[in-house]
This record gives sequence, structure tokens and C-alpha cells, in this order.
Amino acid sequence: MGSPHPLAPSPARGRGGGLISGDTPGPGRVSLRPLRLTLRRQATLAGYLFLLPNIVGFLVFSSIPVLVTLGISTLDWDMIRTPTFVGIGNYAVLLTQDAVFRQVLGNTAFYVVGTVPAGIVLSLLLALAMNAQLRGITFFRAIFFVPVITSAVAVAMVWRWLYNRDFGLINLALHAVGLPAIPWLSSSAWAMPAIILMAIWKRVGYDMVIYLAGLQAIPPQLYEAAQIDGAGRWRRFWHITLPLLTPTTFFISVISIIGSFQVFDLAFILTSGGPGNATNTMVMYVYNQAFQFFHMGYAAAVAWVLFLIILAITLVQWRIQRRWVHYE
Amino acid sequence: MTLRLVPAYALFAVGSVVMLAPFLWMVSTSLKANADVFVYPPIWIPDPPQWGNYVYVLELLPFGRYLLNTTFVATTVTVLEVLTSSLAGFAFARVDFPGRDRLFLIYLATLMVPGQVTIIPNFLVVSWLGWNNTYLALIIPAAFSAFGTFLLRQFFLSIPAELEQAARIDGCGYFGIYRHIILPLSGPALATLTIFVFMVQWNSFLWPLIVTNSEQLRTLTVGLSYFRDEYASQFNYLMAGTVMNVVPILIVYVALQRYFVRGIALTGLTGR
Repeated sequence: MGSPHPLAPSPARGRGGGLISGDTPGPGRVSLRPLRLTLRRQATLAGYLFLLPNIVGFLVFSSIPVLVTLGISTLDWDMIRTPTFVGIGNYAVLLTQDAVFRQVLGNTAFYVVGTVPAGIVLSLLLALAMNAQLRGITFFRAIFFVPVITSAVAVAMVWRWLYNRDFGLINLALHAVGLPAIPWLSSSAWAMPAIILMAIWKRVGYDMVIYLAGLQAIPPQLYEAAQIDGAGRWRRFWHITLPLLTPTTFFISVISIIGSFQVFDLAFILTSGGPGNATNTMVMYVYNQAFQFFHMGYAAAVAWVLFLIILAITLVQWRIQRRWVHYE
Repeated sequence: MTLRLVPAYALFAVGSVVMLAPFLWMVSTSLKANADVFVYPPIWIPDPPQWGNYVYVLELLPFGRYLLNTTFVATTVTVLEVLTSSLAGFAFARVDFPGRDRLFLIYLATLMVPGQVTIIPNFLVVSWLGWNNTYLALIIPAAFSAFGTFLLRQFFLSIPAELEQAARIDGCGYFGIYRHIILPLSGPALATLTIFVFMVQWNSFLWPLIVTNSEQLRTLTVGLSYFRDEYASQFNYLMAGTVMNVVPILIVYVALQRYFVRGIALTGLTGR
């Protein structure tokens, strides 16, 4: 952002250059200086006026609250009594004494590890299959996108029924092929895998569409050249498709890790965090601490830890991308 | 069709079944009599279909009200967000004013912050303003994300500056350029943002759950979650409620499918 954009508007931009002074070199510059000043002032006024309706809401509800949350996280506050300042007290309790938080952290990590890599592999395979020029292919693509547009709440409602131990469609299907019924939602071992499976099903169409866009951006000449050189299907995939898709893979892994750490709706509706705390996630913990128990400071600390984890992982991904991401 | 394509189509068919079966099962269950829900082997086509389940659910819960609330909130948020984002995006892309890049940096930084980090202060601000249990609480905090501004700014930057210079020589001011040059050329980006925001709002759950207590203000998702608590295992009624949640957005999707898919691809690509 600091450097000028190649496509940024040229008038009234940069070192006093612009429409008027640029067109009239020499003495003309001097006589036009007052006009240029007016133009600049006009630009300033226009800029802030255009920004105003958005930036007020943005500052109050999106950007300043990030710091306010940090402030609240240093308080012991139940919204009734006067808050007391506890410094890093909430964080100390959170990280050293709170066994539930440790479990919540583990559950969330399990969910991220369970959904992200499998989702990436599956959506890439799907996109490769769907990239074929076949009749009716857009129809099939559209079908994979239906779970994406459906609300997580509705999806989890349906899957609650699919996962029903005795009459759910999934256990009936397992029964039909001779497998035993799985206590999906009532067992603390199976509840998180159940959420992961449902989450991959819901998300795979989204990643597939992004991969399709990536695939279609690969110049066909590369494949033609490779074919002339005698490269087979597998080699073309390995040496052209996969490397040229690395920016897409990088993007998908960044956004899906960020998104997965924020899992709430799916888990809240499917299991409400249970059985016990087996599927309690970080955002659910924030929600419960803040809006069920009114531990505002504590909840804010959890939210801030979540933010720091996401930030740290994103930064690490950013740093190591140059080792594996190919940019043209 | 050559024989070679059979495996490909078979694969797509299996995939489609996996994607659609849960929805078909939802519709099927929603039309079953109580006695037909828990039977083995499962019944796919209820005979006769119990349309009365829907009537029953509508009597139990003000689903019409929920639908109205969701539609009103999602539409208003979308209009506000697209309008103000296009203005702000124009300022960032096309107007040179002091502090612009620094402000844009704040927008960019906020883009990475998960929404849950801002929930607690937003709840406090909304309470302090006395907006709890009002539409304002549902609408205003949701309507000014950094995402819309970012998306439109990126698109506006790709519009050639020559057009703008020509208009300027013809005496067009900033607003004229925004209104008569930038907006008409940005149809796809505006459509994308519109659909994206609408979809996110339609499906939004955590924020409406926090700021609404009264049944009058519940949205479809929140209403459905309370319904789940009350009718835990009456799956025919639960599925009827879920169908009413899914169908409206599905209709929008079928009508505007092209934009949905292109929108996702576009938002995906801006991140590269």
C-alpha cells in the first residue's frame, strides 16, 4: 500500500504532477499553482466525504473493538459490579489453571487438523475432475456448491438427524454393508470426527470453486509444450499443475485455517459442545464465558488468545510460503 | 458420448448423491407422519406426504416472522454495506488525500481479525446505546466490514484512468466520476459483493443469538436453534423448520447461480 499502485489514478497524484501542470511545462506552472492547491483541497475533502459513511461504522464496530477487547481482557468484570483491574491475571489463570480451556484448545486444534488438509486434498481432486469439458459439468459443480450456501445451522440440524444412532441415515448405510452402528454424537471419541466429517462436506465445494479458478488460469500452452516434449499425464500434473496451483493452495490453506479456528455454528447446533466438553471449541468457550456466565474479562482473554494463535499461524505461513509457493 | 466418459459421469453421480442425499432426506423426513420417522428400513417417499407438518410448525413458531426478520436484516445490511463500501472503495482507489494509505492499512489489518474478537465490545456498545432487542443491533454492527471496501477498491483500481481523465476534462467532479463512470463499469464486482454479503447475513447466527432475546426479533437461524432445544427428537417437525430455512436462499442461489460461483472465485483470487 505504501508504494504507488501501477493502476492508481494519475490525476492529482504524486510529485505535484497531474493533468494540468504536466501538460503545461515552463512558466505555465507558476500561474497555475493556486488552482492546483484548490484541487488538492478538493481531493482531501472529497476523499474524507466518500470515506465517512463507511469509516465511522468500521472504526466503532470493527477496528477499535480489537483494542477494546484487549483492554477488557485485563479486567475482572461481570457487567454488574465495578470492574477491577487484574493485569494479566485472566491470561495466567487461562494458561496455567483452566483445564477446560486446555481441552477446548485441543479440540479446536483437532478440528483444524482434521478439516484443513483433508479438505484441501479432496477439493483439489474434485476440481481436477470437474475441470473436464463435459456436457452438464456446470450442473454438477452447482450441486457441490449447495452445502456452501446453506446456513451452518440448517446443515447441522440435518446432520443431527443423519447421525442419529438408531435411525440415522449414516448408521443405516453402515448397517447395510454389514458394519456396526457408530454412536456418533453420544460418544466423546466420535463426536469431534462427526463434526469434522460434516464440516468437510459443507466446505469442499467452496475450495473446489477456488481451485477451479486457479486451474483455469494456467496457460494451456504449457501443457501443449510439455506434451510435445513427451511428458505424460502424471508428469504434467506433477510439474505443471501442482506448482502453478501453489498460490491457490496457499490461499486456501490460509483462509481455511483462519476459518476453522473460528468454528462455532456447526458444533453448537450439532453437539452443543458435548458430550462433556468433547466438542467445546474456542469460540463456544468465548460465547459461554461472556454470555452465559458473564465473565467478560475472562472471555475477552480467550478471544484475544484465539486472535494471537490465528495471527501467529498466518504469519508463519506467510514466512514459509516462499519455500513452496511459486509465483509467476 | 463415448464410453471413456462413463467413469467420469459415474464419479460425478456418486458425488452428487453424497452432496444431495442429506437434503433429500431432510425433505422426506419433513413430510413424514410421527410413526414413520423411526422405522427400518427407512421410507424415502412418505405416503401420504404430511403437508400438515408445515402447518403445525408454523403454528408452533412464528416462522413467518423469522423469515421477515431475516429478509429485512439481510437486505438492509447488504444495501448499507454495498453502498458505503463502494464510496469508501472509491476514495481509496481514486482519490488522493492525505492519510489515505495509512487508513487503508488499518482496513487491511482488520481484515485478518476474526469476528469473535470484536463481539464483546460490540455487545457493550449496542447495550450502551440501548439497542438490545432492536433491529439496529442486528443491522448496524454487521454493515461496515473491511471486506467490502477492500474488494471494491481492488476492482476499482483495475478500471483504466483514461476514462476518468476524459470525464474530468468534461467537467465531471468526484461524485460524477463515481456515479457515471466507476459504478456502471463495476457491475460484476457489485453483484458479487451483494450476493456474498446477503448470503453471509442470511446465514449469520452467533451475533443475532447474542443480541436478541425477544421472539419478535429472532432470525431464522436463531429461531431454528431454539426449536432444536424444544423439539429435540421430533425430527419431522425439526426438518420442516429446516426446510423453511434452506429453501429461500436456495431459490436465490438457483436464480443467481452464476454470480455466486463467480463471486467465490473472485474473492478467492483477490487474496492471491
